[in-house]
Amino acid sequence: MNHCIEKRVELKAPVSRVWRALTDYREFGEWFRVKLDGPFVPGQVSRGQITYPGYEHVKWEAVVQKMEHERLFSFTWPHPKSFRKEEYPVNYSEEPSTLVEFRLEKTAGGTLLVLTESGFDALPGDRRLEAFRRNDGGWTEQMKNIENYVTQKP
Amino acid sequence: MAAKRRTHALVFAALGDATRLSLVAQLCGRRPYSISQLTQGSKLTRQAITKHLRVLEIAGIVHSVRTGRESRFKFDPQPIERLKQYLDFVSEQWDQALSRLKSFVED
Repeated sequence: MNHCIEKRVELKAPVSRVWRALTDYREFGEWFRVKLDGPFVPGQVSRGQITYPGYEHVKWEAVVQKMEHERLFSFTWPHPKSFRKEEYPVNYSEEPSTLVEFRLEKTAGGTLLVLTESGFDALPGDRRLEAFRRNDGGWTEQMKNIENYVTQKP
Repeated sequence: MAAKRRTHALVFAALGDATRLSLVAQLCGRRPYSISQLTQGSKLTRQAITKHLRVLEIAGIVHSVRTGRESRFKFDPQPIERLKQYLDFVSEQWDQALSRLKSFVED
């Protein structure tokens, strides 16, 4: 998968436990640090307030996409480009949205969680980046950094 | 400040087009180019190139500089650098959240 953030974490807990921590809105709220108004329902907007210290002014708003039991939980959310208090409230409808996916896989030791965040897809993909690389100048290195960043692979 | 926030979205959008990317690729050497130079060797019309340059200019990726009677366009790496910093920030937030999830389910 190109131009996305990908994180893989091994969790020493059964898939069912991780699933609950992700999809029960109270449990999600605890580790994510958000106070959600109600349960996650596919196709519906989830609302709440961030509880992370220093970010309490930030509103949580996401649209739940998929809930495939113990396999995939996904939502889209707008990306406020700033979390600075003085810039709130932010009009989320003006912000670009990204897709967040949590995939679960059973492993010998527990659960492999793969998180991806994609839809920064206006970012240049591999082939387009080739065009930059062929060009001379100090910019090449910087673009390579971005490419490394956005095409992280397992 | 609000303008700065919007910049990321503009940069994402400006780069999300093959023609504009190829223009940026041409411009990202240090030399500024005129619209005529950019039109040469391109299938696009002068008007089309001008339109794309305008989008890049609004996003701050290129700046026009006047030399004599002609405008030349110059690449500015800063908006894309800020975009990378932003992605770094998002990534860091996920690292922290996932580490909290880890403690949460493993305890």
